[in-house]
Amino acid sequence: MKISKEEKIDLYKTMLTVRAFEEEAGKLFSENLIPGFIHLSIGEEASSVGTCSALRSDDYVASTHRGHGHLIAKGAEPKKMFAELFGKSTGYCKGKGGSMHIADFSLGILGANGVVGGGFPIMVGAGLSIKLRKTDQVGVVFFGDGAANRGTFHEAVNMASIWQLPIIFVCENNLYASTTPSSYTLAGGSVAKRAAAYDIPGYVTNGNDILDVRKTVDKAVKRAREGKGPSIVENKTYRYRGHFEGDPQKYRTEKEIEGFRKKSDPIRIFHDYLIKEGALSDSLDKDLQREVSQLIEESVKYAGEEPFPRAEDALEDLYSTPIGRIL
Amino acid sequence: MTERILSCSEALAEALTEEMEKDENIFILGEDITAHDGIFGQFKGLYKRFPEKVIDSPISETCIIGAGVGAALTGMRPLVDMHFADFFTTAMDEIVNQAAKIRYMFGGQAKIPLVIWAPDGGGLSAAAQHSQSLESWFVHTPGLKVIAPSEPSDVKGLIKTAIRDDDPIIFFQHKRLFSQTGTVPEGEYFIPLGKGDIKREGRDITLITYSRMTYLSLEAADQLAEEGISVEVIDLRTLKPMDFEIIAESVKKTFHAIIVHEACLTGGFGAEIAARISEELFDYLDAPVLRIGAKDTPIPFSPVLENFVLPQTGDIVEGVKKVLNS
Repeated sequence: MKISKEEKIDLYKTMLTVRAFEEEAGKLFSENLIPGFIHLSIGEEASSVGTCSALRSDDYVASTHRGHGHLIAKGAEPKKMFAELFGKSTGYCKGKGGSMHIADFSLGILGANGVVGGGFPIMVGAGLSIKLRKTDQVGVVFFGDGAANRGTFHEAVNMASIWQLPIIFVCENNLYASTTPSSYTLAGGSVAKRAAAYDIPGYVTNGNDILDVRKTVDKAVKRAREGKGPSIVENKTYRYRGHFEGDPQKYRTEKEIEGFRKKSDPIRIFHDYLIKEGALSDSLDKDLQREVSQLIEESVKYAGEEPFPRAEDALEDLYSTPIGRIL
Repeated sequence: MTERILSCSEALAEALTEEMEKDENIFILGEDITAHDGIFGQFKGLYKRFPEKVIDSPISETCIIGAGVGAALTGMRPLVDMHFADFFTTAMDEIVNQAAKIRYMFGGQAKIPLVIWAPDGGGLSAAAQHSQSLESWFVHTPGLKVIAPSEPSDVKGLIKTAIRDDDPIIFFQHKRLFSQTGTVPEGEYFIPLGKGDIKREGRDITLITYSRMTYLSLEAADQLAEEGISVEVIDLRTLKPMDFEIIAESVKKTFHAIIVHEACLTGGFGAEIAARISEELFDYLDAPVLRIGAKDTPIPFSPVLENFVLPQTGDIVEGVKKVLNS
């Protein structure tokens, strides 16, 4: 599918937004303004933005604990995300979820998930639902190289294959499952290779090249929409931050991180491509950077000024049909 | 309303047929449910009638439950069959961390109209991994509702309510009760969640129970009546929400309470009920509240051993005498 110059600039801007959001979140976290813990995907923007750009607004996405990029790429608003990270009542989940549990069902986002591999079975259900309702929606379930070793991966890919469900299993292989290298944990060395066992396509992309990601996911989406079943897409990428903010990262060297930053930063790769193609000029780039900075600044300001929930709001939202007094 | 005699299995299948005819978003997912109508024949006739909506699954309990969650989140009303309640252990994350929490942790955005149907209980020499009563795990999980009916008319009225409810529900049915018959009203009716039922009125002591132990409690009440002891039997039917009012009203009348369940005693649902009674009805009690449950062992295979571990009618009779004589 051909991508227009305008759309490429949009993709670039979304990548900038994801990165700016997460850099700001990291800063706010280090200043103790965000409770709990957060997991950043800085360095993985080509995967999140490239994948979601291949989807329609009524398609589904199941995200992970490292999900800010998926959410923004699927259309979530940074100001409501920051409000949630701050624990405010106007956040996406009224302060009940936090970074690991953001969802916007109106955008087809079935939720970030604090359980590694927790999204697989849920997406099988969404896929089955699409099939039973006879629509041409598709669903993407994001997961990491670590989640590929959960039993839910096997059960879900098997089910999706036997029922030919319209699901794209998008692995963001960033080389580390939390602190453990995938070279140690991943038998066979590749998630995409496992597709052969389920008789479905398995693709490996340069997960730091958004156009390669997009082109590949387009193929998988087309197949899914046509009712031909699921695919696995493995985006080979890298995260520049720790597993969580504050991670001492004893499992890798500063040199390794810098090497990836220099060699394969997805935003720089796309920037250079756009300049070369004549789609982006330095002045447009500056304008975009300024717009993004302003959006993030306004979003943080909004979130900071919003009220916290009332303590007793903790008793709300548990049941659709309430069960009476919560003890 | 005229009545007929149906078994619990027939009542379930009839209720599901009625609901599936009205709502095309309902479907059933589980293992061995097409060729054999479910391993207990509980879905008799449903596959023939709704071939697209009764779906056989691979042996993948984690994904069966998880798929129920995902389908419920995207507009369907699934009923998933757990095969045996014992296999809940293979899908606990999908029930406890996903189904129960998704609505709450996303700030009330989602509805999860999911019924997880689970045959439980012992008494069939099915041994340790096919005989358990695990309801207290789920009562202990905020976000779930838990139903455990006894007689066929309750099965029908409660499953219909459960199917139309927008929250995740664990619906237990005791394996020894599938062929249990009882009168069932003709026509459509619903039983609300959180409403217990007095199965037998009495003056001297209250037995609070549910599922198969309702029948044993009624047997015990018959025997005790011959000795002039008048026993009230409350079948809670729904454990979460629980009808504490029906308990309170009865205990204020009888001043004695025993909780009877088949699950093992320690940490069982009886402990919760006993605590509530002592917190809220202490002044009405003439004797300590007694709990009757299985012994704290896995369920053994040999009938001699199993009968010893599971509560029997005689244990209830003895318990009543003990409480009344204390």
